[in-house]
Amino acid sequence: MCLAIPGKIVEIASDNQDSALVDVVGVRRRIDLGLLHDDRPVPGDWVLVHVGFAMSKISEQDAADQMNTLRMLGEIEGAMQEVKGYGLGDVN
Amino acid sequence: MRFVDEFREPELISKTADEIRRLAGVERHYRMMEVCGGHTHAIYRFGLKDILPENIELIHGPGCPVCVLPMGRIDDGLAIAQEPDVIFAAFGDMMRVPGTHGSPLEHKARGMDVRIVYSPSDALKLARLNPEKHVMFFAIGFETTAPSTALTIMRARSEGIRNFSVFCNHVTIIPAIRAILDSPDMRLDAFIGPGHVSTVIGCRPYEWIAHNEGKPIVVSGFEPLDMLQSIVMLLHQLKAGEAKVENQYKRVVPWEGNRAALKAMAEVFQLRPYFEWRGLGFISQSALRINDKYAEFDAEQRFEVPGIRVTDPKAAQCGEVLKGVLKPHQCKLFGRECTPEHPIGALMVSTEGSCAAYYNYEHRKAAMVSLSSIA
Repeated sequence: MCLAIPGKIVEIASDNQDSALVDVVGVRRRIDLGLLHDDRPVPGDWVLVHVGFAMSKISEQDAADQMNTLRMLGEIEGAMQEVKGYGLGDVN
Repeated sequence: MRFVDEFREPELISKTADEIRRLAGVERHYRMMEVCGGHTHAIYRFGLKDILPENIELIHGPGCPVCVLPMGRIDDGLAIAQEPDVIFAAFGDMMRVPGTHGSPLEHKARGMDVRIVYSPSDALKLARLNPEKHVMFFAIGFETTAPSTALTIMRARSEGIRNFSVFCNHVTIIPAIRAILDSPDMRLDAFIGPGHVSTVIGCRPYEWIAHNEGKPIVVSGFEPLDMLQSIVMLLHQLKAGEAKVENQYKRVVPWEGNRAALKAMAEVFQLRPYFEWRGLGFISQSALRINDKYAEFDAEQRFEVPGIRVTDPKAAQCGEVLKGVLKPHQCKLFGRECTPEHPIGALMVSTEGSCAAYYNYEHRKAAMVSLSSIA
């Protein structure tokens, strides 16, 4: 729950500006952009995702560093399981 | 420091560690509290203690939401889920946390409809997929997760979803820090501020810690270099006799926080007059409940809640460990009655709790040859 997972915005839904498809090291899921109304991300941007909601925009380098931190913490497997959403995450 | 070669910029880490030793000197003892459970986990996992001089002591704070949740709240949530056609949805972190009659996972084994969700929005999706059932999301977390719960409730209302509610256990970090600072046996010099909570609340809410309490606080990232740099910043302040709020994690944390997230929380939640924290007791205005405007999504208003209170065994000294008066292993129960497999006290419950982290890394390490390579 407390993991911040970096993802790259792939696509924003045409019918819902608050719904985006993100890519987290090859796994895709829908996330909510509603908490970034003041600084809307566009496809290609990197965001930190908490419990399925983009919480901040970050640089590509920061995203790579965060992934490395998760790896060092032994949390990658847990993070990927979370991204996949235990079967509910709209994984493509 | 086992994994130092894997760290980004190992040379800079070495240099920063030297800088810490130079600044810390030998005359004075420094006690710094990292508030966030993520930091606690990282400190043990990265073996940071091995490269810090002995006179810098890290005290592990109250920032693990699973750990500070009273067992009675778990019992209450599970009691609601005994109602017919209720699905109990919660984050994976909650699944093994013991209630009086077992964890959510054990209740599932006995036939309760318990689902793990990654996101409150996935819990709402469960409600859409199961219109004949009621989905109750067991919400926990500090300001890192509270805005997501709030926005999910707003989405549920605008979609007109009627079979969804939230059992709200969200807590706020500032009153917990205040409770620790107010306790008479408190002996802290400075704080390492939480990273992700600060993404939401920003740095301004910490100003009273510096201005009124005279304690420096540095909001920190989670990489080894982040935490070491934060300790350097704290030492500079302490040596200069200053107390300021500084932001080491600028690349993620804006000084003003995330306004949209704060707005969502203000829309849906109101402060509870008081809330019980495991290890710290009742703290006033330290937790959130769903306000009357969104009452239909409040599980506590929608269902009969037994209001169970379970006190921790007297022998468990969680409060003393939380305030830094005792180290985890100095508690009478540590490693004997209380282990990660059979947690008795709050801090043994989650891997981010200081006792569990201490048990998993330090306790095991005691039997290993020290692999320290940087000190």
